[in-house]
Amino acid sequence: MTPGPIAYFIWILCSLLEGAVVVCALARGSFRRYFTINLYMAASVAMSIGRYFVLSRYGFNSDQYFYFYYYSDALLVICLYFGLMGLYSIVFEELGAGTYVRAFSMLLLGGTALFTYAVVHQAQDRMVTRYVAEISQNLYFVGLVLTYVLWGAVLKLRETRARVVQFVLSLGVYFSISAAIYALRNLYPNYPNLASVLMYTSQITDLLLPLAWNFAYLRFDDDARFAPARLAVIPR
Amino acid sequence: MMMGLTFNFSLAAMMPGIILVVSLAALLQFFISYCRSLIAASVKQPISADVRDVTGIVRTACGEDFERVIQLLRLCPAHPHDRSEIRAIGTYFRLLGFLRVSAGKLMPSLVSWTETERGQCAYFAAVALERRIAFSRDMLAEQMHT
Repeated sequence: MTPGPIAYFIWILCSLLEGAVVVCALARGSFRRYFTINLYMAASVAMSIGRYFVLSRYGFNSDQYFYFYYYSDALLVICLYFGLMGLYSIVFEELGAGTYVRAFSMLLLGGTALFTYAVVHQAQDRMVTRYVAEISQNLYFVGLVLTYVLWGAVLKLRETRARVVQFVLSLGVYFSISAAIYALRNLYPNYPNLASVLMYTSQITDLLLPLAWNFAYLRFDDDARFAPARLAVIPR
Repeated sequence: MMMGLTFNFSLAAMMPGIILVVSLAALLQFFISYCRSLIAASVKQPISADVRDVTGIVRTACGEDFERVIQLLRLCPAHPHDRSEIRAIGTYFRLLGFLRVSAGKLMPSLVSWTETERGQCAYFAAVALERRIAFSRDMLAEQMHT
């Protein structure tokens, strides 16, 4: 199965939107304030270019592309962790707890890698291949848990900055869908039709984050605020 | 030893299933909160008497107004920044309708909550309509000027 014109179109669109996030951040004077999430977007564009070169040189079904894709994906999720940590620091900056939060996140990241290694080591069969798919699933899931905790903190601390709220919620949506996609891939690894559907779903999911972040930069000023009580699913 | 291995193996096999269920539950919650954040941004914005006349929203918007306002929105030239947010709120509106029909009989309080939310969705669409009308006027004025 090779990517068709629609897949290429979504891929290019996604890279353009990711580049647009960095441009918007620079244009709105918020590049340094949200440095880590802009760094993730820049890394994502760089990875897309790298993937394109590997794809055009070795082909879609090659081992080189497979490993490059999954390892670059794992690296991007780690970059996104840094983005998440940046958001933690912004939310907790008034409490002065940013350092503790960052240390905890790094420990959790290391723990996830070790846990995944332990789980796959037990299975023994095609270890490295399984490891890359398993680690992506677990990294996305840990990202989801961290985002959920951050969202709880946003509500508890009554964080009202519109951009921060939008960044956190869109990250939550992205991590949830991505973790669910990887979980489905691991649950049903031998269904080609499902794999094809999940490939397109995954590509469309990749569009969500740059779309939402572009929107947050364009629509809200850095000092725009709204009431957190309006955001909780259960009204307070 | 054998039991430990069996337990570990089944845990490894169960992990994707557990992750799938938890992720879908979290997705629902994050999606609802994201849509509420989009709506929250428009709640403070007043809508003009013209838009009230066109949409038929007299004081507060209700769920039934939503489809009508969306039809009016489709008649206006699209604003470059609002297409994706209108689509997200449309999905949220349908989700609320589904919740109302499916779980409303079991939890009566859910019906009033979904109705309030559907009304907020309609108000959000009215604010978007206001923005699109202003955008069209600006475009027209620009064309006349050139």
